[in-house]
Amino acid sequence: MPPTSPSRRHLLASMIAASGGLALSPLLAAASPVPLVTRPIPSSGEQLPLVGLGSWITFNVGRDPLGRRESVDVMRQFFTGGGRLIDSSPMYGSAQDVIGEAVQTLKPARLFAADKVWVSGGARGVAQVEASRKLWRVPRFDLLQVHNLLSWEEHLPLLLAMKREGRLRYVGITTSEGRRHAEIEKIMASQPIDFVQISYNALDRDVEQRILPLARERKIGVIVNRPFRQGDLTQALAGKPLPGWAAEIGCTTWAQALLKFIVSHPAVTCAIPATSSVAHVRENLLAGTGRMPDEALRKRIAQDVERLA
Amino acid sequence: MSEWWTYSLSDFLMFSSRSYYRLIESYNAAIWPAHLLALVAGLVVIVAIGRPRQHLQRSAALVLAAAWGWVAWAYHLERYAEINTAAPYFAAAFAVQALLLCWLAYRPGNAVPAPQRVAFGMTGLAIFAYPLLALARDGGTWRQAEVFGIVPDPTVIATLGMLLAWRAPVIFWLIPVLWCLVSGATLMELKIGHAWVLPALALTAVVARAINKKNPRDFNSTANPRS
Repeated sequence: MPPTSPSRRHLLASMIAASGGLALSPLLAAASPVPLVTRPIPSSGEQLPLVGLGSWITFNVGRDPLGRRESVDVMRQFFTGGGRLIDSSPMYGSAQDVIGEAVQTLKPARLFAADKVWVSGGARGVAQVEASRKLWRVPRFDLLQVHNLLSWEEHLPLLLAMKREGRLRYVGITTSEGRRHAEIEKIMASQPIDFVQISYNALDRDVEQRILPLARERKIGVIVNRPFRQGDLTQALAGKPLPGWAAEIGCTTWAQALLKFIVSHPAVTCAIPATSSVAHVRENLLAGTGRMPDEALRKRIAQDVERLA
Repeated sequence: MSEWWTYSLSDFLMFSSRSYYRLIESYNAAIWPAHLLALVAGLVVIVAIGRPRQHLQRSAALVLAAAWGWVAWAYHLERYAEINTAAPYFAAAFAVQALLLCWLAYRPGNAVPAPQRVAFGMTGLAIFAYPLLALARDGGTWRQAEVFGIVPDPTVIATLGMLLAWRAPVIFWLIPVLWCLVSGATLMELKIGHAWVLPALALTAVVARAINKKNPRDFNSTANPRS
């Protein structure tokens, strides 16, 4: 997926909106009013919107026609709102195929396709990558990551070779829920990877100590998964009034505040909340717009979330 | 493969409760009215527990074998595998249990089990009450009812009731009890209110079996004074 100008779509949307909102197509009418803030991928300088889309659990709907329709709607809203990066894995059941259906239907011009290798043994990795690519219905992946470091010693050379041959643009590794951080650090320090994917949120902040600084030092992009602790965090904060600082950074919901906390860390390239709700996609994308909290406010957000959740 | 120890159950839960129950709903719609046949089959099991005749035992064991085989193929392989990558392994385990139950039908043994309240209760619960749990769940409808012989959980509970009544050897219990743990854990991860039911019933059956162990059944004899 070659990068295109991120501002063109928004400029077009703004022009049409200015010329008469009623004439907007449903897609454009649903677009976020303010362009998504982007941050460069450290290894290339390519700009990526701060908010992406995860697919764990939410897009694994099997053959259910309603579930598939809803998933396509979620992705339609995501692309319309300026989103680019969608992340999946062979571990996520039917999610890859559901994404592929949306790719085929929506034909997004600026998709950043991020997937993973998750199989024991390097030899099976090649076949798995090709199977995943067919399910996604894309000519190639932008980013492939070694999922949870499974057989990373064998998969990483394969992915780096694919990158050298031009069959892949970026290579990464992933972990979640704070697992194997010591090994993650070792790989970050020794391997020429472009991305690391980790869990990070206002309560789980271990990565601030070593992994996020190391990512900046080594020019490695950071993708953040499970930003809401699989929904537990937003559920714990539901009904609790938003503190005064929320208005200062344009947040109307806790989900937006939690996302802004994450993506405002300078080492973070993109957060990938997963959802099966169109309204939540819209809400999540808004967190990637407007003013971001500074370091002092980030501390206050973390303190308040810790106190209230 | 040292990486596997880092996974927890929640890592393998790849679907939402909504997807899970919609899968059951579409499966129910696809095979209706097979549920009526399953109900009749369930009655055969109940009658066999209440009237310990060898031909009824054979029939009930065959009914249960057919139910496990059907669930292995139609549910695990054809449907559940769409959202759960472990489903083919579950299908294999259910197929093995179906074969074991066929063996039980072939060699029903000669002991005459007394009807047991616990066994009756479990099988009756599986066949008549378990489907109603769909209505007790938030957002659940009767279209998502889990019916004996159609989906795993009530099929397994009814089987435990029969195994208890017949004092079946341990080998027949392994897969049903393991399933109760797997399914119970899955439902707990999905935050389903009745997640505790399946493990609790398995525990009840195992405890009742242990109490009855004083009077073990001879599965090697084919003589049957009341056949």
